[in-house]
Amino acid sequence: MEKFTTLTGLGAPLLWSNVDTDMIIPIQRLVGSGRTGLGQYGFERFRGKADFPLDRAQFKAAPIILAGENFGCGSSREGAVWTLMDMGVRCVIAPSFGDIFHNNCFQNGLLPVRLPIEIIRRMAEAMEESPGNARITVDLAAKQVITPWGEAVPFAVDARKREALLSGLDEVAQTLQLAEAIAAWQARDRAARPWAWAPVSR
Amino acid sequence: MAKTLFDKIWESHVVADLGEGWALLHIDRVLLHDLSGARALTEITDRGYRLARPDLVFATPDHAVSTLPGRTSETFAGGARTLANLRIKARETGIRLYDLGQPGNGIVHVMAPELGIVLPGLTLVCGDSHTCTNGGVGALAFGIGASELSHVLATQTLMQRRPRNMRIRFEGTLRPGVTAKDMILAAIGRYGTAAGTGYAVEYAGSAVRALPLEARLTLCNLSIEMGAKMGMVAPDDVTFQYLAGREFAPRGADWAAALAHWQALPSDREAHFDQDHRLEAGEIAPQITWGTSPEQVIAVDAAVPQPRSANDLAALEYMGLEAGRPIAGTKVDWVFIGSCTNSRLSDLEAAAAMLGERRVAPGVTAWIVPGSETIKREAEAAGLHRRFLAAGFEWREPGCALCVAANGEAVPSGARCVSTSNRNFVGRQGTGARTHLASPAMAAAAALAGVITDVREFG
Repeated sequence: MEKFTTLTGLGAPLLWSNVDTDMIIPIQRLVGSGRTGLGQYGFERFRGKADFPLDRAQFKAAPIILAGENFGCGSSREGAVWTLMDMGVRCVIAPSFGDIFHNNCFQNGLLPVRLPIEIIRRMAEAMEESPGNARITVDLAAKQVITPWGEAVPFAVDARKREALLSGLDEVAQTLQLAEAIAAWQARDRAARPWAWAPVSR
Repeated sequence: MAKTLFDKIWESHVVADLGEGWALLHIDRVLLHDLSGARALTEITDRGYRLARPDLVFATPDHAVSTLPGRTSETFAGGARTLANLRIKARETGIRLYDLGQPGNGIVHVMAPELGIVLPGLTLVCGDSHTCTNGGVGALAFGIGASELSHVLATQTLMQRRPRNMRIRFEGTLRPGVTAKDMILAAIGRYGTAAGTGYAVEYAGSAVRALPLEARLTLCNLSIEMGAKMGMVAPDDVTFQYLAGREFAPRGADWAAALAHWQALPSDREAHFDQDHRLEAGEIAPQITWGTSPEQVIAVDAAVPQPRSANDLAALEYMGLEAGRPIAGTKVDWVFIGSCTNSRLSDLEAAAAMLGERRVAPGVTAWIVPGSETIKREAEAAGLHRRFLAAGFEWREPGCALCVAANGEAVPSGARCVSTSNRNFVGRQGTGARTHLASPAMAAAAALAGVITDVREFG
């Protein structure tokens, strides 16, 4: 997994609520695909439409998306995160996220930050009004966002997810260190719930 | 301390407490489908890991397979390589694969209850957000992403943060023409598409107790459309009767032990729910969505609402609807009866009950896609397929089909489809396709009338 420490860059406003993972990447692009090369299809059903903010020249390379409520709802497809990463997005700031998408972000080094919608709107306005020099800084170590007007806004993040992002940890390797505890749980459970094991074990 | 159904299953599966609400949970069953499965199996072997417990992993192709009658694995060329990989990896790793045409094959969340792979009190995951469907038997079942799936396959565990408890009680008796699909759509309309985020939802109350098992699966299926990864119904005699004798259900002495365990699972009377809602079942009318989010839903006898947000405006424009006009009577081009929401035998029977001597209206394309090979065979044994075919419906092979349009099958751009599936997102059924979510009876009525129709007035 890619590490995430500090990021400074443009924030692209996409303030629609309920942006679902089908919107981020249509399923047809994920049939037989890998984890890479998906950025070109990001939001493809919205490209070329007059009101689509990510098409605008000044936001094309933005590493931060400023989003509305319930970003990433819907399907569990991790391809939505791979697509955003391949578009160069490393952070989404939204008031709330779909649960599965939120977990998927952390698995790939994309940081989801929850902030109140009022602050997100103000940052979006600052980005719009700026002649191109406004920047947002996301500092995971300090757990704060520095707004374009220089205010430090704290955000909450799970301690273990934060540590994993800061260090680029492999969770599978971490869990396999608990192999004995897992085996012990399974042995106890087989004794307590033989019916949960017998019909399928072979 | 009094516990909820969710508390009991969660707490009994904690392998290690990781602090701050995080736990390493044991996962009792893993389901794979063609899109998530082949890639996950390849990834873990590429990374040098081994499958922890192949005997607990079950695979079935469903997403990227054609549902054309007489299809083979090559009919949808785009999915053929993925399916071929799944077969190879399944053989290499020793997991069970239910291939096309075999009993057991079908939509992953249809085949798992059908085979008794999912049981009350088990934890189950799948790389698919509608895994919550399986909570209808009283299991803790939820969708995960590709990386989490690799973690489960390699370790048989998953790190998860404990969600909070929500209960939605449906009290009273459903009126004729109203189904589990209408119950959950009404709840999503009331509470919104993010209400369940961070919660495990238990559906309870007299109207839920009265539902057959297949309807409970429908109810739980749309939990994720309310934001909840997990939805569940406490197991009871309906559950036990449904599971008895299924392929992977316990037998003999194991059955008796299982039953004792299952009967202790329901939420204690004094259990605490962080949110507790109540809906009157008798007040729910047949529902239909008008927009591009499942929360944009109304009673079929209501008018398309006035837009209250930019999202509403965009949805009206995409759907080609005018605020203030009754939704009933809106002309329909396509009808899809299928998906992990509504493709079980009881769903097909509910659709068939609308037929009478009628035929599909001119200009309407109407598909019936049974959820599994077994359902298809059972429906054919009962002669349902002949009745559908005689009425002008297409009778297809099992698969996800027009719910997700990953298999080359799609509703044409601009066409209006009444669908028994779970998502009316922009482009979900095909680029530009307009989706109205509804029950199987409502979908069948729309196919026959050629317009969105109130099933209660369809005699």
